[in-house]
Amino acid sequence: MTMDLLAQSLVSGLLMGLIYALVAAGLSLIFGLMDVVNFAHGELLMLAMYAAVVIFAVIGLDPIVQLPLVCILMFGGGWAIYRGIIARALSVRFNRGMVQIFATFGLAIFIRGAAQFAFGGDFRSVSGTWLSNKTVSFLGVFVPLPQLAASAVCLLAFALLLLVNRTEFGRALEATREDRDAVALIGIDRDRIFAIGWGLGAATVGVAGCMLISFYYVSPTVGANFAVIAYVTVALGGFGSILGALVAGIIIGEVEALTALLLEPSLKQVGMFAVYLLVLMVRPRGLFGRL
Amino acid sequence: MDATVMPARPADNAILRRRRQELWVGGMILLGLAVLPLPIGDVYTKNLIIITILFAGLSQAWNVLGGYCGQISLGHALYMGIGGYVSTLLFVNAGVPPTIGMFAGGAVAAVVALLVGWPCFRLSGHYYAIATVVVGEIGYLLFLNWDFVGAATGVYIPFKGESWIDLQFRTSKLPFHYLVLAFAAATWIVAWLIEGSRWGFSWRAVRDDVVAARSLAVRVFPSKMAAAGISGFFTGVGGAIYAQYVGYIDPDSILAGHLSILIALPAVLGGVGTLWGPLLGAAVLIPVSELSRSYLGGGGQGVDLMIYGGLIIAVSLARPAGLVSLLGVRRPAG
Repeated sequence: MTMDLLAQSLVSGLLMGLIYALVAAGLSLIFGLMDVVNFAHGELLMLAMYAAVVIFAVIGLDPIVQLPLVCILMFGGGWAIYRGIIARALSVRFNRGMVQIFATFGLAIFIRGAAQFAFGGDFRSVSGTWLSNKTVSFLGVFVPLPQLAASAVCLLAFALLLLVNRTEFGRALEATREDRDAVALIGIDRDRIFAIGWGLGAATVGVAGCMLISFYYVSPTVGANFAVIAYVTVALGGFGSILGALVAGIIIGEVEALTALLLEPSLKQVGMFAVYLLVLMVRPRGLFGRL
Repeated sequence: MDATVMPARPADNAILRRRRQELWVGGMILLGLAVLPLPIGDVYTKNLIIITILFAGLSQAWNVLGGYCGQISLGHALYMGIGGYVSTLLFVNAGVPPTIGMFAGGAVAAVVALLVGWPCFRLSGHYYAIATVVVGEIGYLLFLNWDFVGAATGVYIPFKGESWIDLQFRTSKLPFHYLVLAFAAATWIVAWLIEGSRWGFSWRAVRDDVVAARSLAVRVFPSKMAAAGISGFFTGVGGAIYAQYVGYIDPDSILAGHLSILIALPAVLGGVGTLWGPLLGAAVLIPVSELSRSYLGGGGQGVDLMIYGGLIIAVSLARPAGLVSLLGVRRPAG
């Protein structure tokens, strides 16, 4: 194995890791806010990818330019899911943990069926964008431009997510996270905060999906794979921690790339799962998790 | 417990009467299910009934850990797969009949469940659920790449002739019907025994409030381990029966992550931590899923998945205590 190959692997691990991190950040945001694990998160990613495909096909907008549009659509979708399903799941008095898990599972199956109905089982992608088939070379390492752009956008999204914490809304978000009953007493509309939280979580995964579509294929089942990785990333970084999602995402991406290089490409996920389990033994709340 | 020897309080009598009543109802249902396939000639319907009963049993096995002990495992496909693989490989490679092999498979699955539980039971809530997803996923990937177990191609079970010892039947589906019925009845009896035993009370205490349970000297970790072992064993036996019924196994058919959900769903939607929940849940979910797939799923339309997903959402939101609450059955107080 040459150094070139190793460097190439590390770079592509980093680029993929940032995507994983952003997908996980949306999941982590929702979990931290209201203790709900969204088992339809992978399907939200799939929806965003299909949205990008459709918009590109209909009005020919380049995925990068589409970003705001897909974000708004996904925000609305997240909002609607909260209002339609999650708010109800949170209001049950019996068996709340399981109701929440299986209601979102049902949603995942429903969305998968709807995508199958609307688009069939074919793999689709967006080709012929401004960036496709272009690479830059840096010290002998080749980096495809779509991936590079995706990473840059992911980092930007993380910066925005961390900035949100400093706004008035971010403080309300943090307060709701700390004590969801007390905020009602100081005039914060908890339900509205939760709905916005879902919108933000879905918009975050929308950014990831929109960037992913220029170098990754979408099919109705694409979500499952990304979802498992997102759960691992969130659990590794610590539930509710945005920074944890970023660090864990990069670790996961690198471990995946190195396992594929050193062992076998088909076993690339075993490496990241093993790292996750190891960390869990030593530090059950994850790297940046709060107790 | 003999009510005449112990000075029984009225409440005890009520509980004993209810438990005896449950046995009667269980016996009647068993009898009903035993004669159910006799007038049915259609192979498709017979198959549907067998799969439904099998999943009622698997889900009851899940219920032991997920319902009574409150540990939401989303990785039970691993135990089902291990049971199926162990019995199948013993049969194909060593000629051990599946009547013995399925207990070996159950035993190995139970050991694996304990090995998984040992680290994972330190986690609680969502952390535990996700760890089980990951463990199941690791098992799936390893089997997918492990040549000794047939990797992605899987293992065909050669037909050696009609036999109750090898559990192979071609001419009639009836023997399989009684096999899965015996399996489901066994899991039901186990759940019934657990409900009335000291263990069952400890487990429900662990589920409802770990701190309070510990303060009452309930040993939390051993309780979870015991539940995981029993649950893993029966899930493994069910997997072995499934493998024998289908005649062919590969990681996608017996280890894949969606099976974990399929095992958990009947118990959750039927009524988690109840005797009848898994049976009722399976009786609703499996036919809806199978019938919608065969009538609406043609050509990959996806309408079947929308109906199935919609049903799951509707039931879990409208009946958080499960479908049994429609029948006025209450969960036993812990």
